[in-house]
Amino acid sequence: MDQALQHLVNGTVLGGTYALLGIGLTLIFGVMRVVNFTHGELYAFGAYMVYALVSLLGINFYLSLLLAALLGAALGAAIELLLLRPLRRADIDSVMLVMIGAALVLQNAEMWGWGGVAKLVPSPFAGTPLVVGPISVMPLRIFVLLVACALLLGFWLLLDRTRAGTAMRATFQDAEAAALMGVRVGWVNTATFAIGSGLAAAAGALLGPVFMVSPTMGDLVGLKAFAIVILGGLGNLPGAAIGGFALGYIEEFGGGYVSTEYRDAFGFLLIILVLAIRPQGLVAPRERVG
Amino acid sequence: MLNRRTALLSGLAMPALLRTASAQSDGPIRIGMTQPLTGAVAASGNYVANGAKIAVEVLNRAGGVMGRPLELILEDNKSNPREAVAAAEKLVLRDRVPVLIGAWSSTFTLSIMPKLLEYRVPMVVETSSAERITTSGNPWVFRIAPTSAMEAAAFRELLGKFDPPIRRIDFLSVNNDFGRGATEKFSAALGGAGIAIGRSETMTPEATDLSAQLTALKQSDGDTVFLTTGVEQQTLMLRQAVEQRLGKRIVTTGGSFPDALLANPLPPGNASFHILFYAPWFPERAPYPQIAETYTAEWNRKGWEFAGLTEGFRGYDAVLTVAEAIRLAGRAEGEAIREALWRVDIHGVNGDIRFVKEGPAGRESGQNRPNVSIIRLAEGRTSLL
Repeated sequence: MDQALQHLVNGTVLGGTYALLGIGLTLIFGVMRVVNFTHGELYAFGAYMVYALVSLLGINFYLSLLLAALLGAALGAAIELLLLRPLRRADIDSVMLVMIGAALVLQNAEMWGWGGVAKLVPSPFAGTPLVVGPISVMPLRIFVLLVACALLLGFWLLLDRTRAGTAMRATFQDAEAAALMGVRVGWVNTATFAIGSGLAAAAGALLGPVFMVSPTMGDLVGLKAFAIVILGGLGNLPGAAIGGFALGYIEEFGGGYVSTEYRDAFGFLLIILVLAIRPQGLVAPRERVG
Repeated sequence: MLNRRTALLSGLAMPALLRTASAQSDGPIRIGMTQPLTGAVAASGNYVANGAKIAVEVLNRAGGVMGRPLELILEDNKSNPREAVAAAEKLVLRDRVPVLIGAWSSTFTLSIMPKLLEYRVPMVVETSSAERITTSGNPWVFRIAPTSAMEAAAFRELLGKFDPPIRRIDFLSVNNDFGRGATEKFSAALGGAGIAIGRSETMTPEATDLSAQLTALKQSDGDTVFLTTGVEQQTLMLRQAVEQRLGKRIVTTGGSFPDALLANPLPPGNASFHILFYAPWFPERAPYPQIAETYTAEWNRKGWEFAGLTEGFRGYDAVLTVAEAIRLAGRAEGEAIREALWRVDIHGVNGDIRFVKEGPAGRESGQNRPNVSIIRLAEGRTSLL
């Protein structure tokens, strides 16, 4: 029982950051129909920014997290304006190729700029765990989970309670109709890509101090972000949050009770099962085609 | 022109190298090296590459080999076996190197080995520990690093230094040839010494969250966990073990050292043990202190991460080995260097370097017998066990 509780806590902490990653990716796909292959690299970018701000420039840790997320959003906006906007009428294959190229450029820029050796990011949190009965967790991880949940809530409020959110949802449902109603779709696309990128960078900035920062840290994370949005249903926002937590729990319990050797495989096994039983994802309603 | 004084000051106990220096000057002799300079085990690869670079500098300052300077051509294998093969092929086919050094992980080395047979180029293996590297019948492989079995056997001799004694062990290993090989050999060696074997958990080389593995290990009644992986995952595991209150002694294998924990130490009361092949904090305790001190001084002069010395010596010793083989061969040609490697008998940072035959008769690989030491790390400070 003690072991199960510890796995539950570990899975929740992991799931919170996975949800953050999934939301950003699925938002961009939902609104823009763009498969964002740079998502993992934006995560790494956020982690490197917090490393640079905290370790090299000596800026306050919490301010650095905020700045890293904003810089990630700015980089996302630049990618949208420079790479995606000229391709608005292009076919999906061309867009995918450009995004794969952008991901490679970003990763190699990180290698060139920072070197290949992983970095540790210091945090102001204690290095000893908080212990409640049989469960232990680092204060930093609790902070990460709380911030991830706050970001998810803030993001939901943005979408549900603001004019910008309404414009995004309208574009999400039907871009042409939204444009006819006066929504500036180009602006919505830039804002969407910036917010999705900012969420990825925020996840990287939050997890950088928990783990380590390296140029290839986005590879596996990018793959997992795709797993999360497929689990939840492509373009489905609540689905991405639920998919994130589902992946966190399946990895944690699968690794703990079945085999740690196949820990990363459990998530992908779950995707195969979900696609076989509910091809639209865990949460999304069934769509009629034709 | 040979500078004998520089060579002697460098501490290289290779007077023979000096005798043949300045005999000819046909341009540099190329040595190819592939290491993981990026990716999951990049820290280690960069340290080894740095060690090789300073060995080349030291040798060149002493006049090079046969009067020709050495040139190190370094290719990144990106912590990936496919990239390791591509890097080796590029070094052999495009750069025309007559000899290789590589490739850190056993998985990368094993993936390159068929190419050595195909292109008839010898390789000095500086790190990889999997047994079959030298037992599979590849006569182009010469390993200066210990196998996991050698490391385990050496560790068994030092069991008496642990108090309280080790009674039951668990394993957490990276899921590749390196990790699986270490688990198998340490189980056999320590099981033979009457120590009970408990759980064996694994992780992918890219894994960063090890909470599931640690929670599972916590359930075991073992008193010691053997950890086999690269520097990055060692650091992650040691930090996360504090979070999960693992409460067991942790021993890392393979010669890597989590140097980030020197500047960012674990909370008081958490100590870890590390099987190393060079302990730079104590160069005077090395088998040949003058060589170790020269290597350490050159490294520090560059301002590189001090703890990288623990792995950098592999590159340093590998270059010394290759340089001596080229000198003995009398020419920079693959087959001649391969034959000469059997006659190498030099002093390195780790100790004596000479090869014994391993593997099927007629197709033997070369294997060196290196020295092993154990370092205790607690609160950012190291001590020799």
